[in-house]
Amino acid sequence: MRRPLQYLALLGYVIFLAFPLVWLLSTALKTSQEMASLTPTWIPRHPILTNFTDAFAEQDLVGSALRSLVVAVASSVLTVVLALPAAYAMARHRSLVSRLAVGWVLVSQVFPFILIIIPLFMVLRRLDLVNTLPGLTIVHVTFVLPFALWMLQGYVRAVPRELEEAAAVDGAGRVRSLVKVVAPLLAPGVVATSLFAFISSWNEFLFALVVLKDPGVATLPLTLVKFTGAEGVVRLGPLAAASLLATIPSLVFFAIIQRRLRSGLMTGAVKG
Amino acid sequence: MRTRTALAAAAAIVALAAGCSSAATGGGDKAGGPVTLKFLSLAWQKESIAANKQIVDEWNKSNPNTKVEYVQGSWDNVNDQLVTSFEAGDPPDVIHDDSPALAGFASRGYLADLSGKLPADLKSDIPQPAWDTVTFGDGKGGKGVYGVPFLQESQVIIANKKLLDAAKVRVPTPDQPWTWDEFAQISKKLTKDGSFGVAWPLKSPVNKVLNLGLNFGGTFFQTDGAKATVKVGPEEREVLQRIHDQLYKDKSADPSALGMGTADPLPGFYAGKYALLPAGVYLRQQVVEQAPPGFQWITIPPLKGTSTNQGATSQTLSVAADSKYPDQATKFISFFLNSANQAKLAKGDWLLPTSTKAASDPSMTTKENGWDVATASAKNLVVAPYLRVNGFDEWKSKVATPTLQQYFADKITLDQAAKTLVEEGDKVLARYTK
Repeated sequence: MRRPLQYLALLGYVIFLAFPLVWLLSTALKTSQEMASLTPTWIPRHPILTNFTDAFAEQDLVGSALRSLVVAVASSVLTVVLALPAAYAMARHRSLVSRLAVGWVLVSQVFPFILIIIPLFMVLRRLDLVNTLPGLTIVHVTFVLPFALWMLQGYVRAVPRELEEAAAVDGAGRVRSLVKVVAPLLAPGVVATSLFAFISSWNEFLFALVVLKDPGVATLPLTLVKFTGAEGVVRLGPLAAASLLATIPSLVFFAIIQRRLRSGLMTGAVKG
Repeated sequence: MRTRTALAAAAAIVALAAGCSSAATGGGDKAGGPVTLKFLSLAWQKESIAANKQIVDEWNKSNPNTKVEYVQGSWDNVNDQLVTSFEAGDPPDVIHDDSPALAGFASRGYLADLSGKLPADLKSDIPQPAWDTVTFGDGKGGKGVYGVPFLQESQVIIANKKLLDAAKVRVPTPDQPWTWDEFAQISKKLTKDGSFGVAWPLKSPVNKVLNLGLNFGGTFFQTDGAKATVKVGPEEREVLQRIHDQLYKDKSADPSALGMGTADPLPGFYAGKYALLPAGVYLRQQVVEQAPPGFQWITIPPLKGTSTNQGATSQTLSVAADSKYPDQATKFISFFLNSANQAKLAKGDWLLPTSTKAASDPSMTTKENGWDVATASAKNLVVAPYLRVNGFDEWKSKVATPTLQQYFADKITLDQAAKTLVEEGDKVLARYTK
């Protein structure tokens, strides 16, 4: 009896998650008339592809998607590279400093971004990083890093210290036990953190708006907003088509690395 | 092996990032050589973008020494983007914006004063009331012209013709418009069987109400020297009261439309749920694009109170004070906004050109899609009084928007709304008085 109920709940959850995507697809295939109908339909009566062709013809979607991809991949790689050793140190060497650091990380999360946007812009300008993708990457890393650190720290703490001790007893040095024992067990944490960093960067709009000025460096969110006009009037068809395409890289990225996102690696590791 | 692959991938990312970032650096003047101007345009409709690009191409072909680079921005966030550009000293040379934004930028010295720099034919082609919308204090006690006004919006009513014909109501003309009283009666007549005479989408009520307030001489602000205060007297109350009456006394306006944005009631309008839709002239474009086949609609001229005056703001082109090439930028603006080009731009955006020659272009006076009524409504436009009020934006967002929303939702009385608008508003404006 419990199983079917679980599946039912799961089905409900999947429908809840899929709803926006399906609605986006449906809208992207509709004519303007159908979109303005008072009785909305799931399946377009006269499906069209002109919303997609218009979106591609009017805006540099491919170029901006490529730039977004570069920034997002670079941000997630850098975030993990920087956060992993720091998280290990914070989790393993517990002291007043590490406790203060964790507290500071959490406090930094409640800071409204808007407060620091102008000072940040000034810093980037001085470093000649305005209007550059490395500049935006640095900003994204800076903002994702505290949460990534906090996230990874939890994963490190979940790896029993006894495993490292056992490796040491078996003759492994410090580096070897980290590389051969700890690192593989942290893989799910690294995957989850890089996914978080990737998606945060891929969707980020406000900093990109401030840092990037030229159309030649615009990322995807900056390009999508060009389908909106004054007073909240939008060109819904091309916007839906372009937004739908914008979700694809995230899905692909997730599909590639999700098989590493699994738990239970340490089950029974320190039994007995 | 894996490490090497990862390193190669990282190197590729860095190289690609560096390549992408250097791809867009602009060109510059080298000892009298060709210059490149950056033109930030906010056109977003398909036809409008095409018109903008076409005019820029024409300019670039005939002016090889002053190349214009078209950069598309968005109305949604242009002012945030501009503030950081101005502060960084790297703004676009030619800036498309609207007149309410120019006042603040001008007083902070971000924009070049164009007085005396524009050609006489452009100056005389645009009437003085439109120039008034771009003439502001420079923050140092002087005044200047900080942009060229080129597109304006009037408030008309888009009507379902079939429902008007069925109710046998008089179709007004620009010379004989409906009065507000007539509009109220007709809205009642058109209300039946679950459908409403009118939908007032008032999610952002302030500009609409203030612009229409001039129908009865309501200015909402009074100035004494440099000091501005809020005023909600009998003239200002007229439009507020009349809309409220339609909602709750006559019940000829649908209260559920109140929370909607301007274009949101359109599906209900096409379905016959609302017969009349007060809106800016640009909304005709949406109707043409979206209305189901056979749907008949007309454009009703602006309503008359004690006059048909409406507050107007303008879309503008300005030159950044930090532009290295202000003369070339001014020349480009003069070309971009000549009468022939203004007609193309107005058509693309479904708005009204400020150029008198453009307004007489056959495409602006045709009966098709209500252009004749829309263009005629330009004569009702006068400079919106709030354009001259320092602190208007804050008053609008912190005081007026929530107060008017509460009033139209029937949560507070008109007296309470007026008291809040004045008392809280004056506190806000006092902070802007130097």
